[in-house]
Amino acid sequence: MAIEVRIPTILRTYTDGQKAVSGDGASLSALIDDLEASHPGLKDRLIDNGDLRRFVNVYINDEDVRFIGGLEAELTDGDQVVVLPAVAGG
Amino acid sequence: MLTIEQATYDAIVAHARRDHPVEACGIVAGPEGSDRPERHVEMVNAAGSPTFYEFDSTDLLGLYRDLDDRDEEPVVIYHSHTATEAYPSRTDIGLAQEPNAHYVLVSTREHGNNDGPVEFRSYRIVDGEVTEEEVAVVPQLSTD
Repeated sequence: MAIEVRIPTILRTYTDGQKAVSGDGASLSALIDDLEASHPGLKDRLIDNGDLRRFVNVYINDEDVRFIGGLEAELTDGDQVVVLPAVAGG
Repeated sequence: MLTIEQATYDAIVAHARRDHPVEACGIVAGPEGSDRPERHVEMVNAAGSPTFYEFDSTDLLGLYRDLDDRDEEPVVIYHSHTATEAYPSRTDIGLAQEPNAHYVLVSTREHGNNDGPVEFRSYRIVDGEVTEEEVAVVPQLSTD
């Protein structure tokens, strides 16, 4: 099983500069744990106190995961995950 | 230093004036690694607020897909302040997540929706550190 995960510029320090990495998991949460094993430090940039960080957007097949279960969103082989930092400020 | 075309500068200022008192936001895209702000893209401020801006999450994905297809990156990320100076707020600094971008701030506090000079300033924001830079407005970006 392989899921392609697109990594934004600011997080590529955790992926040796790679724009995309692949991982496994039946849910977003499991996928992030799997990514953490090969790219230590990544998880902390995505999750805070057990929840997805407010200003990090994650999409599964173009759907914002906030609308499809958040960290519990289901994944299947071939899904595409995109991580994008929010563009926001005050 | 940020070098930007007069037409792009004017378009950003016009956007900020039009949306006042809500914060306006958008980007200027350019070829990856070129540092050339060539293509102005206005974004919707999903927060619709005079004190906060955020690109809508669906629009954000569409924007980055489009940039990817064109081998572009956001060279400039801009937004307006409508009641305060054109300097990054603490929130702006905390949320800046594009280390390669020029963060442009426009302030419409003086003249709001009307004509008149606006503050237009540019910064690098990396790891919470703000560095202001010079803005050079040119008739056209050089072609070499």
